[in-house]
Amino acid sequence: MISLAGRDILHSWGKFVFTGVGLGLLIGVTLTMAGVYRGMVDDGKALLDNSGADLWVVQKDTLGPYAESSSLYDDVYRGILGMPGVARAANVTYLTMQVRHGETDVRSMVVGVVPGGPGEPGQPGYLIAGRQITRGHYEAVADVATKFKLGERIQIRRNIYTVVGLTRRMVSSSGDPMVFIALKDAQAAQFLKDNDAIVHQRRRTSANPTYNRPGVPGLLNSVIASQSINTSVNAVLVQILPGFTPEEVAEPIRRWKRLQVYTRAQMEDLLIRKLIATSAKQIGMFLVILAIVSAAIVAFIIYTLTLGKIREIAVLKLIGTKNRTIAGMIMQQAVGLGIIGFVVGKIAATVWAPFFPKYVLLEPVDAAWGFFALMVICVLASVLAIRAALKVDPAEAIGG
Amino acid sequence: MHWQGIKIEGLRKRYGEGDTAVDALKGVDMRVAPGEVVGLVGPSGSGKTTLLKCLGAVIEPTAGRMSLGEDVIYDQGWKISDLRELRRDKIGFVFQAPYLIPFLDVTDNVALLPMLAGLPNEEARKRAVELLEALDVAHRAKAMPSQLSGGEQQRVSIARALVNRPPVILADEPTAPLDSERALAVIRILNDMARRFETAVIVVTHDEKIIPTFKRIYHIRDGITYEEAGEGRGFEAAPDKFAVK
Repeated sequence: MISLAGRDILHSWGKFVFTGVGLGLLIGVTLTMAGVYRGMVDDGKALLDNSGADLWVVQKDTLGPYAESSSLYDDVYRGILGMPGVARAANVTYLTMQVRHGETDVRSMVVGVVPGGPGEPGQPGYLIAGRQITRGHYEAVADVATKFKLGERIQIRRNIYTVVGLTRRMVSSSGDPMVFIALKDAQAAQFLKDNDAIVHQRRRTSANPTYNRPGVPGLLNSVIASQSINTSVNAVLVQILPGFTPEEVAEPIRRWKRLQVYTRAQMEDLLIRKLIATSAKQIGMFLVILAIVSAAIVAFIIYTLTLGKIREIAVLKLIGTKNRTIAGMIMQQAVGLGIIGFVVGKIAATVWAPFFPKYVLLEPVDAAWGFFALMVICVLASVLAIRAALKVDPAEAIGG
Repeated sequence: MHWQGIKIEGLRKRYGEGDTAVDALKGVDMRVAPGEVVGLVGPSGSGKTTLLKCLGAVIEPTAGRMSLGEDVIYDQGWKISDLRELRRDKIGFVFQAPYLIPFLDVTDNVALLPMLAGLPNEEARKRAVELLEALDVAHRAKAMPSQLSGGEQQRVSIARALVNRPPVILADEPTAPLDSERALAVIRILNDMARRFETAVIVVTHDEKIIPTFKRIYHIRDGITYEEAGEGRGFEAAPDKFAVK
């Protein structure tokens, strides 16, 4: 038996292809939305991987440093270094801000790290050009996604930094590329005020009799000096010694240092379940809406195509074609349309994904699920048209 | 001995019930022998189409009896369980418009029926090509219906009606859209095919051009048929170029 659906598609291929392309673009958007979600998860994992830490020590009762703000004194790491199982510990600060680059701003996550070599917690894991930060001030290592070049000068707050190294895939959980600077610079940048604000603050402090006592020389200067120093960091990143499990090391820190400690697994859970949970729901809603729109489009197109063939269907029924054959023809056309749409959508998503500002990760498993869902949608969408076709009276072919 | 063609006795069809009931057929009697082509003529609303639909097993008569060859297909109720199979294997249809399937080429339009009946594709196509050759349209075997002239389309639809070698062909105004020459050619083809395949053919028509070609005509008026001898002289006047090979 010949394929009636295949012949019909070949006969009116233009109609099917153009409709399939339209549907395909919609499917491309759907696959891209799934890719955006996967990209967010992957960015989160990359953030954890690239930090080089086994444990994150943060302020007690917070979900810091990524999901909530966290503040620790910058000498806490010394105590942690003395805990059993700790190999290395390093302070780190995170600050999302606009980094000035020539005439433009680049949204980045500025990471303050202790200058050192690769392998130190918090340091960029590897460089694709240049070197690590070696000086205490005004050097930066940037992710290539910032589009900064080696030797270029960038502005963070009031200070100018020279880009001495470039790295790759170092992004925040929201996809902003990272710029690494020395910890002291980052601490200063977090609370650095403009000159007018500093003058205003000094005047207010001088006017406060508590700090400006005639009989206590040096007090006012000490208070003013403390106001311009930031001794806080967001977290201490810890690497553990071989032979210890993360939990074995984390537990004494929690107990004796009264700090919150997260293992890699807990941090991943925090990032995915809490930090990007709302975004994931948002994307999920989009996926549901897109699936409904796709189903409506397929149903409408197949229904319209079927109504355009009522007379032929009546003739087919009159000359003895089984209802099953006619239903099969319509269903195969819906599936054919879905296949054209999927191929177009997959190609479209693959082509346009690299142009998205955030990382879009197109997973084959998502494509497979997408294809399966599309086939189900096509089959369900053809039911309306099949119902209309089966209602056609073969007597209509005779007329009268 | 059994009558081998179509036999209709006292066929009635009522639409609706009660005060709104309409008797479209009030007792139709017809007999058409194998190889015979008869005309069914009548004004609009006389019951022609209703009779055709009853014969075509697409609507159920209210009463009466119909038989095809030795098989009684209706006797106060359908005697055949699968009417779709009956239409596919025992009845050929030729319509006013050819209603060819637009996405199948000429060969597959004709071969579709034997394929539906379970014949292998190649065998069905071979049978279709043989018929197309007989109807002088084999040279358009690979053409799509939209590429054919009206006359060619009608010949293809006749081939489709004949391809399963049905004992009966029902032709509903098959010459309506054609000019005189092509109309006569179609009737000549139907006559020739009826003789060749021993098929009983009923041609419903208004067409004055072809009425004189029938040897027997049934007039239908107000749901009742009246038989009349036709002139049966049309083919002598038809040009040779429409002669069937």
